[in-house]
Amino acid sequence: MSARPKVAVWKFSSCDGCQLTLLDCEDELLAIAGAIEIAYFPEATSAELEGPYDISLVEGSVTTAHDVARIHEIREESGLLVTIGACATSGGIQALRNFADVKEWAPIVYASPEFISTLDTSTPIADHVKVDLELRGCPISKEQLVETVLALLNGRPPRLPSTSVCFECKARGTPCVMVANGTPCLGPVTHAGCGAICPAYDRGCYGCFGPMESPNVNALVAQWRALGMRDDGIVRALRTFNANAPAFREASRELV
Amino acid sequence: MSSSDTPTTREIRTDYLARVEGEGGMFVRVRGDEVEEVQFKIFEPPRFFEALLRGRQFTEAPDITARICGICPIAYIASSCNAMEAVCGIELPEQVRLLRRLAYCGEWIESHVLHAAMLHAPDFLGYAGAVELARDRRDLVETALRLKKAGNTVMDVVGGRAVHPVNLRVGGTFRAPSRPELQALVPELEWARESAVEFTRWVATFDFPDYEQDYAFVALRQPGEYAIERGRIVSSTGLDIDVSEYEQHFTESHVERSNALHSTLAGVGNYLVGPLARYALNSGELSPLAREIAAEVGLGDVVRNPFRSIVVRAVETVYAADEALRIIAQYESPEPSFIPAVPRAGTGHGCTEAPRGICWHRYEIDGEGSILDAKIVPPTSQNQKTIEQDIVGVVRRSLHLTDEELAHRCELTIRNYDPCISCATHFLRLEVERA
Repeated sequence: MSARPKVAVWKFSSCDGCQLTLLDCEDELLAIAGAIEIAYFPEATSAELEGPYDISLVEGSVTTAHDVARIHEIREESGLLVTIGACATSGGIQALRNFADVKEWAPIVYASPEFISTLDTSTPIADHVKVDLELRGCPISKEQLVETVLALLNGRPPRLPSTSVCFECKARGTPCVMVANGTPCLGPVTHAGCGAICPAYDRGCYGCFGPMESPNVNALVAQWRALGMRDDGIVRALRTFNANAPAFREASRELV
Repeated sequence: MSSSDTPTTREIRTDYLARVEGEGGMFVRVRGDEVEEVQFKIFEPPRFFEALLRGRQFTEAPDITARICGICPIAYIASSCNAMEAVCGIELPEQVRLLRRLAYCGEWIESHVLHAAMLHAPDFLGYAGAVELARDRRDLVETALRLKKAGNTVMDVVGGRAVHPVNLRVGGTFRAPSRPELQALVPELEWARESAVEFTRWVATFDFPDYEQDYAFVALRQPGEYAIERGRIVSSTGLDIDVSEYEQHFTESHVERSNALHSTLAGVGNYLVGPLARYALNSGELSPLAREIAAEVGLGDVVRNPFRSIVVRAVETVYAADEALRIIAQYESPEPSFIPAVPRAGTGHGCTEAPRGICWHRYEIDGEGSILDAKIVPPTSQNQKTIEQDIVGVVRRSLHLTDEELAHRCELTIRNYDPCISCATHFLRLEVERA
């Protein structure tokens, strides 16, 4: 990688919140911007450099035929391709269409659905091209983003947790909301990284970082049932911002 | 950008508008001195929020609709909470309401500074973006970043995090922050208030194109305060309605070039929401400091030059910091932190002042709390027709410019509105064709 790597930021179907997280690194932004060459980042600058790019950060999910072609072009032009956020890593909230019929949905929102061009599914970037690194979260964590950029700049692997949110509650000293209050919590099966915010605010984790590696979703479903949750409620909890992540998707299908 | 110069045709095009939230573009055709056609396009792909909300529990709407926009999630959270609270007959206790308003002040600071300093100011100063500006004026950008961070920190403390905060719920907050937690915000907010005053003086010195429009302004109004998280919908044309009456006066239509919907006000046509509208209708409710700085930089009672919206955003940033400090000074942690919401069959409406203008929601729910129908009208789709009208007006006055200069002027015109395309899809390429 050259002294100042060329970095591009790409947007697919998304809310822009993960790109915004980059601009929210207020203390680090100018230092990072000095260490890289921002080659393409239309949300922040109208300056553009031609590819190839050393690092591409990709936000959003694939929902149109044009998106499919575009992600292949971006992959061709990119050294490392890093997906940022739940949309890019699992399909996002808009992947709820994968469990429904888009033809029935379009007229609900648009008076002239024939003007709308979209795919039947919302899919993660890795379903279409090779992805080198994934940052989870809806939105991504600022700390994980800075760590990843620093690691890539220094040619080392980023230190990202592979544990569940439970570990972050313990580290933070938050009493378990499920044990102490009987609050249904997705923390035991959810990928760490947010810093266990929800339990610190007296609510159960809602899984916005998606499933951890090898989650025991069935055991958690049993526990939620024991707390009095109905299966339709458990299905809805599994089907939010990472509904299409395989572990959540399959577990929710078994309950329908 | 491309250009063709057949004897009667001049064509300019920007395919992907930079420094806006989301994907969009624009097309303009000029024949001689006549602007024949202006299209402001939204090609952000649809995400079908109103459809995917069906069958979800009413309590889930705030977290789900927050994902419409990472820049202004509180707007969606607050509007949907208001709507659900209306269905359930919940009136928020004063301190609980003020916590929501405080979080919203944080979002106004974060969003306004992001747009005004990082995305819009570079247009006036001739830079491609804030990072490029920082090469020459690092001090300015560092100050803006610190100011933006002050807003984000308010959202961190009240909401748990700045993007997609987790602590706001139908009926209040999951956990009310303690008084010391909020007191800790005071020194930085005091710095932010002072810094926002300086920021207002700075942006007021920019060279603004000479252009005014007689807009129909629409905003919320709440006696005794600068309306943010509650109020009636009022207009400069004499409208004064409850938020539940919105659909009797406003209509949305779907046009082919856009994945967003166009809004019109009955008997008026296109209208404007956002900082200029709020300022024109409610400037008397600003805090004394915000009124004083607005007067000092010569804003007057009404601003009709959309290019000066950046100054109004700066004044509103002063106000948001001032108001956050006022809320914190009188804060007593409410117990309980929320009113439990018991669903009942019915329809609820909610409307709040997103940084870009009113964000209106309607939900119909059943007796079990399941959402039967949802309608969401974001601010950018309401402004879309007015943006096109501005482009026509600006192009007409700017035909002497080169294609490149004209394209830049059009982009600046669009960015006056801080368009949030992610929101409006359910919104930009710039193409100017001269015939």
